[in-house]
Order: sequence, then C-alpha cells, then structure tokens
Amino acid sequence: MLQINNLHANVGDKPILKGLTLSLNAGEIHAIMGPNGAGKSTLGYVLSGRPGYKVTEGSVTFTPPVLPGEGRGPEPQTDDSVAALDPGLRRGTQEPIDLLALEPHERAAAGLFLGFQYPVEIPGVSNVQFLREALNAQRKYRGEAPLTGGEFLKVAREQAGALGMDMEMLKRPVNVGFSGGEKKRNEMVQMGIIDPALAILDETDSGLDIDALRTVGDGINRIMRKPDKAVLLITHYQRLLDYVKPDFVHVLADGRITRTGGADLALELERDGYKELAA
Amino acid sequence: MTVALPTRGDEAWRYSDIAAVEAAWPLPAPESIIVPAGGTFARTIMQDSGTIHQLDIAIGKGATAAIHVLNTGGDYGRVELNVTLHEGADFKLGAVQIGGGTQTLEVITTVTHAEPGATSSQIVRSVLAGMATGTYLGKVAVARDAQQTDSVQSVKAMLLDRSATANAKPELEIYADDVKCAHGCAIGELDAMGLFYLQARGITPAEAKKLMLQAFVAGVFEGAADEESLTEAALSKLGDLV
Repeated sequence: MLQINNLHANVGDKPILKGLTLSLNAGEIHAIMGPNGAGKSTLGYVLSGRPGYKVTEGSVTFTPPVLPGEGRGPEPQTDDSVAALDPGLRRGTQEPIDLLALEPHERAAAGLFLGFQYPVEIPGVSNVQFLREALNAQRKYRGEAPLTGGEFLKVAREQAGALGMDMEMLKRPVNVGFSGGEKKRNEMVQMGIIDPALAILDETDSGLDIDALRTVGDGINRIMRKPDKAVLLITHYQRLLDYVKPDFVHVLADGRITRTGGADLALELERDGYKELAA
Repeated sequence: MTVALPTRGDEAWRYSDIAAVEAAWPLPAPESIIVPAGGTFARTIMQDSGTIHQLDIAIGKGATAAIHVLNTGGDYGRVELNVTLHEGADFKLGAVQIGGGTQTLEVITTVTHAEPGATSSQIVRSVLAGMATGTYLGKVAVARDAQQTDSVQSVKAMLLDRSATANAKPELEIYADDVKCAHGCAIGELDAMGLFYLQARGITPAEAKKLMLQAFVAGVFEGAADEESLTEAALSKLGDLV
C-alpha cells in the first residue's frame, strides 16, 4: 500500500531523513520507534506534505487498496464524474500514486490520514463544520456526492459516541480549550469520520491517561484494523502497543530504519533502550 | 465655505489615496445624525463602489447608536465617523474591510465622550491581499467631566500577502480621571500550521483560508438587522481573495 524508497528530506537546510526505506502492505500495522530527533515526526510531515519539509531524494508511492464492491468512507456513492477522474485517484483502482507529487489535501482525499502529535487549535471554526467540510471536500475530489447535514451528523454521532466524546465538544471550536487527552481523542474521532485507507499516527499516545490510552487503542483497532487498511504508529513507548498489536516494529535512528522486527522488538527496546540497540 | 483638499500631512488622510479623494472633491457636507435622548439608531454601511462616507453622529442622553460597516469595493473606500456621546449614551461600531489588488480602504473614527457614564465599543477587522492598504485611525476623546466612561477598541488586521499593508492607530485622549479605555491592536498572517492542519484533512488551500478568515471576521456583525446579508457579502468577497 505504501512504498517508501531511499527517502531523503530536509527541514530548512538540515537533512533529517537520510535514506529511509519502508514498505507497508494492506492489513498491516507498523510501529516506528526511535530516540528523540531521529526523524519520526518529520517522516509523518513529509508523507502528508507539510510545507517546509523538502524531499531531496527518493520516492513514495501509495496504492490505496479497495476490496471488490466496497469503497472507503461512509455510505459511499459514486456518480458519473468518477469516470472523468485521474485513474490513480479513482476509487477501486490499484494504480500506484506518486504521493509526493500531490498537495496535502489531495493526499488526504487519496486516503492518507495524519494524526497530529500536537493537534492544532483553530479558534472560531467548529469541529462539526470543519469535519463536514473536510469529508465533503474529500468526497468531491473522489467524485462522490456530498453528505447532507443530517447524514454527516449521524456518522459524527456514531464516531464520537464510540470514542466517548460528548457531541457538545464536537460543536466547539476545533481543539480550542481541549486538554491534551481530548485533543488526541478528537484526532481519533476525525479518523473515524474520515475513514482513511492509511493512517500515520504521530505519538497519538502521548498525553493520554491509562483509560484514554485504552479508548484510543480500541479506536485504532476498530477503525483501522481491516484487510484493506494500514497503520503507521509513531511512538516513543511500548505501552500503546499493548492495545494495538503491531505486525512489525521498526527502529528509526539518524534518519533511516536501522532495525526491523516483530512485536517483541518493542519489548526489547523498552528493556534495553535505544543506545544498547545501536551499540 | 470651501475646505482645502487634504494632503498626506493631515493625520486623518495620511494613508489615503489622495488622487481618488481629489477626484471626489469637493465632498458634500457630512450627513448629520442626531439621536434624541433615550432614542435608538442603527445603520449599515455597505461600501462596495469606492465612495467616501462621512457621518456626524450626536447621541443624546441614554440613547444608543450602532453602526455596521462592510468596506470592500472600489479603488478607494472611506468610512469616516465623528461621534459625540452625551450622558449615559452608547455607541457600537462593527466594521470589516476586505481588500485586494491596489485597493485603499479606510475606517476613520473620532468618538468623543463629552459627558459622564457613556460607553463605546469599536471592533474593526481588516483582511488585505495583494497590494491593498487597509487603515483604521480611531481616536477616543474623553472630556474632563466624562467620568465613568467605558470605551473599547479592538483592531485586528490579517495580511494574506506580504505586499499588503495594514495601518492601525487606536488613539486615546483622556482628560477625566475615572475612566476605562481599553484598546487592542494586532496585525498578523494566517497561522501556517492551522492551514496545514485543515489541508491535511482534505480541505483545499483556498477553502482552508476562507474558513479561517470567516472565523476572523465572525461576530463583528452581531446585532445588525441585516447580519445575514452582511456576513454573506463578506464571505463572497473573502472567496474572491483566497
């Protein structure tokens, strides 16, 4: 689903990613662990197209898979304009997309979701308005009919309810006055509503208490653990992996993957630390 | 009486498009509005064709006046208010200026608290793109006897391009000693991280900007009789800019 090849990227003039190669298949959950400053967050930003993060070498291809007769997103509908779309972006194809050639909003529409380490506060814009515009912008891009206010609220209510978030919070301005844990929970509600093919979750576990960690972990499993989806979990700690069991664990150090293993690798890291591993 | 054409040496015309002013000169006498004691007055000014509006407003004892301004059109648009408040009177201004290209848009106010216990509130939001210039010059004058004056000025400008200009000068001239005069002023750009966050959720760059600008001007038209049409007109102008 995601093929990252020899990726080099700079932030400003400083090289951060130095030849990162990684491949994710549909149905897999990968965890990336690594010390501070290794380039974990940079990887998430580069993949989602944040301005200022410049790819200097390498490639990323994204192939959002779709099971036959099934689409992503709530109540998928298609209309005639689908046929006019770029084949790579049309739902139901297996054409690989050159991810780096797309704008951030196009990457989102193609099925990529970035869960932010620090979700941004947007005063004056309500969560509900933001999410409805986001979802319908994606649907429009994919040639699907927009959801009406009622249809959207139904989906929003389901997702908020599943993650234990009060509907009142969905009406408040995006992340404004939310606690750290509420912001992360809100990211998961957004992921549930948008229903992406690939989620990159940047330290979604940080700032969560034990109960919230379990709720968020359950959310990730419920929304993303499906045969046609994949997850890249960026994390410092092993504890989230108790709830979301990864198929692969990678160590990211100094801008490249230095080791890959199964779920046990996370336990080993927790015990011995990154230094021991690098030695 | 002929009044001399203003120059940039005149403070109230410092940032004006003098050539446009000259073309409109001589200006008709300012419209004079007298709100009688205990009365209420409300006016919406939609400046969408490049005109100069000058109003003198005297607000009588215990009376209220509310002015809402949407200043968007023409090469040069100016709304100039000269307000005098008598005892216990209240004045509210909610103004939005939205300009692009080489437009020059201005809101110029002089609010005089002549007697005690009057309140005034001015909220001005400017969104400027291209080479546009947006100016707010607002003077609040409090006379010696005008104790318990309560006045607020909130002035913010958003620059969509580095080539646009915002001028903001909230000014206080206070002769009384028991007053509350708040003024705040900020000029900034749209939060880049906020824009990226919206785009990362699938919203196009133009829609993301529009959404944030909509939030920026939200609330200014609150209480206006034609709040909905004002907001709609502002949004449509914002849509042209992004």
